Amino acid sequence: MTDTSRVRLWLVTLALALSGCAGPFPQSTLRPRSDFAQATDSLFTDIFWWAAAVFVLVEVLLVVALVRFRHREGRPAPKPAHGHTLLEIAWTLAPAVILVFVAVPTVRTIFTSSGEAPADALKVEVIGHQWWWEFRYLDLALTTANELHLPVGKPVRIGITSADVIHSFWAPLLGGKRDAIPGQTNYIAFRADSVGDYSGQCAEFCGVSHANMRLRVIVDSDTAFGAWAQAQLGPPATPPKASPAEQGRAIYARSACIGCHLIQGVSAGVIGPGLTHVGSRTTIAGGILPNDSAHLAAWIADAPALKPGSLMMRMKPPLSDADIAALVAYLQSLK
Amino acid sequence: MTHAAHAPTAHYTSMGLDSRKMAFWAFIGSECLLFGSLISTYLVYKGRSVVGPYPHDILNIPFTSVSTFDLLMSSLMMVLALAAVQRGDMKWGKIWLFSTALLGLVFLGGQVIEFTEFVHKGLTMSTNLFGCTFFVLTGTHGAHVAVGVLWLLTLWVRALQGRLGPANAMTVEITGLYWHFVDVVWIIIFTVVYLIQ
Amino acid sequence: MKSWLTTTDHKRIGLLYFWTAFVFFLLGGIEALVIRLQLAQPSGHVVSAETYNQLFTMHGTTMVFLALMPLSASFFNYIVPLQIGARDVAFPRLNAFSYWVFLLGGLFLNASWFVGPLFKAGMLNVAPDGGWFGYANLTERQFSPGPNIDFWLLGLQILGISSLAAGFNFIVTILNLRAPGLKLMRLPVFTWMTLVTQFLIITAFPVITVGLVFLMFDRFFGAHFYVHGAGATPLLWQHLFWLFGHPEVYILILPAMGIVSEVLPTFARKPLFGYTVVVYSGILIGFMGWGVWSHHMFAVGLGPIADSVFAATTMLIAVPTGVKIFNWIATLWGGDIRGTTALHFAVGFIAMFIIGGLSGVSHASPPADLQQTDTYYVVAHIHYVLFGGTIMGLFAGIYYWWPKMTGRLLSEPLGKWHFWLQFIGMNVAFFPMHFIGLLGMPRRIYTYSPDLGVSDLNLVSTVGAFLIAVSLLVFIANLWRTRSRGETASNDPWGGATLEWSIPSPPPVYNFSVIPTITSRLPRWRTELHAPMQDPPATPPGPIHVPGGSWWPMVAAFGLPLMALAPLTHTLWLAFVGAGVLIVGIYGWAFEPFEV
Repeated sequence: MTDTSRVRLWLVTLALALSGCAGPFPQSTLRPRSDFAQATDSLFTDIFWWAAAVFVLVEVLLVVALVRFRHREGRPAPKPAHGHTLLEIAWTLAPAVILVFVAVPTVRTIFTSSGEAPADALKVEVIGHQWWWEFRYLDLALTTANELHLPVGKPVRIGITSADVIHSFWAPLLGGKRDAIPGQTNYIAFRADSVGDYSGQCAEFCGVSHANMRLRVIVDSDTAFGAWAQAQLGPPATPPKASPAEQGRAIYARSACIGCHLIQGVSAGVIGPGLTHVGSRTTIAGGILPNDSAHLAAWIADAPALKPGSLMMRMKPPLSDADIAALVAYLQSLK
Repeated sequence: MTHAAHAPTAHYTSMGLDSRKMAFWAFIGSECLLFGSLISTYLVYKGRSVVGPYPHDILNIPFTSVSTFDLLMSSLMMVLALAAVQRGDMKWGKIWLFSTALLGLVFLGGQVIEFTEFVHKGLTMSTNLFGCTFFVLTGTHGAHVAVGVLWLLTLWVRALQGRLGPANAMTVEITGLYWHFVDVVWIIIFTVVYLIQ
Repeated sequence: MKSWLTTTDHKRIGLLYFWTAFVFFLLGGIEALVIRLQLAQPSGHVVSAETYNQLFTMHGTTMVFLALMPLSASFFNYIVPLQIGARDVAFPRLNAFSYWVFLLGGLFLNASWFVGPLFKAGMLNVAPDGGWFGYANLTERQFSPGPNIDFWLLGLQILGISSLAAGFNFIVTILNLRAPGLKLMRLPVFTWMTLVTQFLIITAFPVITVGLVFLMFDRFFGAHFYVHGAGATPLLWQHLFWLFGHPEVYILILPAMGIVSEVLPTFARKPLFGYTVVVYSGILIGFMGWGVWSHHMFAVGLGPIADSVFAATTMLIAVPTGVKIFNWIATLWGGDIRGTTALHFAVGFIAMFIIGGLSGVSHASPPADLQQTDTYYVVAHIHYVLFGGTIMGLFAGIYYWWPKMTGRLLSEPLGKWHFWLQFIGMNVAFFPMHFIGLLGMPRRIYTYSPDLGVSDLNLVSTVGAFLIAVSLLVFIANLWRTRSRGETASNDPWGGATLEWSIPSPPPVYNFSVIPTITSRLPRWRTELHAPMQDPPATPPGPIHVPGGSWWPMVAAFGLPLMALAPLTHTLWLAFVGAGVLIVGIYGWAFEPFEV
């Protein structure tokens, strides 16, 4: 971290402390954790200091003028100055010069952060859906949803597109956002510099549940990432005979679930997120709920109540509590 | 718009230009942006239709060339109408005004025939991008021609009633400005849509 | 009553604009308060997601099109003819038409709050909900099946007609109806900025009209202008919208800059410093406003070359803007500054607008913008520009010109209370939004997680919003009190330099008993070269013809919402009725005896 950004962070922290705020700020743009985020952050830091300087200059001049030239009885009428050519040229040129100092690093950073990556970069396709994320690892023939696993220190190139309306993929600690636009693929590229669990969310208004379209990026060590990918590539777990989970699979197979969801060898839906390894994910419902039995049961019973506008309708006729419990057991078994 | 017989402004005008005429030039400037946006969209979407019919399948250049010639001639009639009104020759003024409106109507008739034929050949606004951009662009132009025809006929009726004379030359001049503008826009549309495929 | 309905007097129309826009302003403010209540804490439940989306859409749409633009228009109407020594605008009936179209368009848009039952939905269910820039393809029928977006796209088309008609009118008024000797470079800066604004309006509004027409054809007639499956791209909408939208930002800010340029010299008792440069930089801002639209689209993937070009043009705009700010400070420097409420607001404009300008520079840099766009940082930016800038400037204008418009001075002590509450309130409301955005909260979300760490900042912001509301209550109290107990204003309560101060407050219907001849830029001040002008005599030397009223502008205006109802209700005959009313109105208008 550079000195200046340390000072700035300190200022921000101070402001937050004054407002009684604390916390780790999981989506802070001021805690870069990749080369891409670092580049934009140092650019912002530069601009911030230029702006701060101009701000102080203008406000000080303004206050001094107001105090020094406030109306006093007996002050002679002001001299009618209509202008001063040299002064005016000076304050036309000064901002122009400052802007050159902003523009040059800006253009440099535009070109270094334009989404180009080395050929051996891990390639992931991100597809925005109303209101969840689909992640496809092109080289690994692997698809998952809402939780993106990446290896630390490896170059990654992310292609971003959409299946319906415009969304925007944003995991602030790892870098700036790019819009997910139907019929077009935008790229970002970065190298995550530390292991961690980074949160993000859709940043372009995309309909009723725009607020509920979150995501996580889990940056693993190389070996952990390899193990995760290996597990994801395997077939779904087979529930033990006569267990609630097996009963749940039977219910799943005869319910409307199969129309939208994919579980390898069980159902082939493509509208909703794939569930082959849903038990291995930490969240459900577009990253807004923890993946535990209570939330899963509530979600299956009445998704639109938890997520307005959800395309996963209430089941008709409704499932019994016992059926839902069995389904939950089955889904949780799909590690 | 078509004012009765009185001077538009009793004021001294700072630019020495009739206020209505100046407003009309501003209006035409604004219209340029309107047609500019429509034509740009047509160009941006050119060749991006994913299903036919495509322009070369369907555009009938000889037919539309006749329409274009017709509209050009109407501009000539407009010039003659203005000249006649300005010199107080209301007999010919009436004739030329009516001819301008008539040629405008012929153009509109041509457009109706063209649109009907396209629909029969399977091109509607919802067929493909060419359909969208073509109908909205030429349709907007057609609506402008229709307004112009209505305007010209109104002037013609006023002239028949004897309420249009050299004192209203400015009204006719402004009508002419509009008519020539609509004509020029058509020349551009004809070039962009029909000639450069 | 009838005389107000048929009025073509620019002063009355100015007052109609003011009161109508002020009511819409309060409505937009109430929408903002509900938004802030919802966000006061994480996972808020004050309103549903659906209602919240309608609230922020209508808040933005209302403030931009129904409050700020028409509040500026009320000054264009009332003040510009007075500043140029004219008896009215060039086309008084067209002016009345603009007002009625604006009123009906605003009512049309806001009717959407209440007419849900007519569309088999509840109240508060069919208001527009796609955001004030309504990005396609979310606004397509497939993704927004209800009438919400229909209200929006039809309402905006109606309002566009109002602005365009006013644009032509004021361009001609300013260029053609100036008093003898009032050369262009002697025009008051407010009139200059009005002129630039009108040019922006007549060039920008056709572009959004085209965008809206495409959307209308997509939604009603199965066209595919924004449907990628047909080979189109939803980005076309963004280009068309921002080609309009960025000039629109200057349409909102330039009039306020003009007001500030009037208020500062009057109360510093010094001519505006660098008049020529201030005027030219205003013109330059107007021109450059056309070359920067894609800076709203840095995240859509335009490619590094386009990003660089638009970054450069955007940064360039900071130069003329900075020039204006330094010239304003230089105007104050060496003056004899009287701290009236109007001056407070004008200085508040400079102090707050600079913050919006500087945060603007930080998202002129595309890589930095990728972290800022669509977050609360941008919300903070636009509110510093449009509230800290435009609204501060408009209030400066209200306190400055209220005596001219009504004949009574607003209370200065209440005005100061209003200013300080509003100034503190806006900073408490909007400054934390910079942090909220930098800490990762996107805009347009009805709920946020407590884990984000921005709950307290959001609560602070909500408190600020209510402080602003209190400040407006003080302002309303001031208006109320002034009605009966305000001090009566003389012709010139402030010692102003421009023509509007040479005539009674409020001015007689003919404005100037004798049209003055102008010999300097500051006609009412003594300068090195000129003695102050002679004010026109109190009574006109001879009878002055004043145009009568007309019903036809209002009749014609009614045709437009009627036509808009046709697609909304899928009733073809309404289109013919509407067109018929419009045509009857125009013919009645064209052929009635009306002496200008």
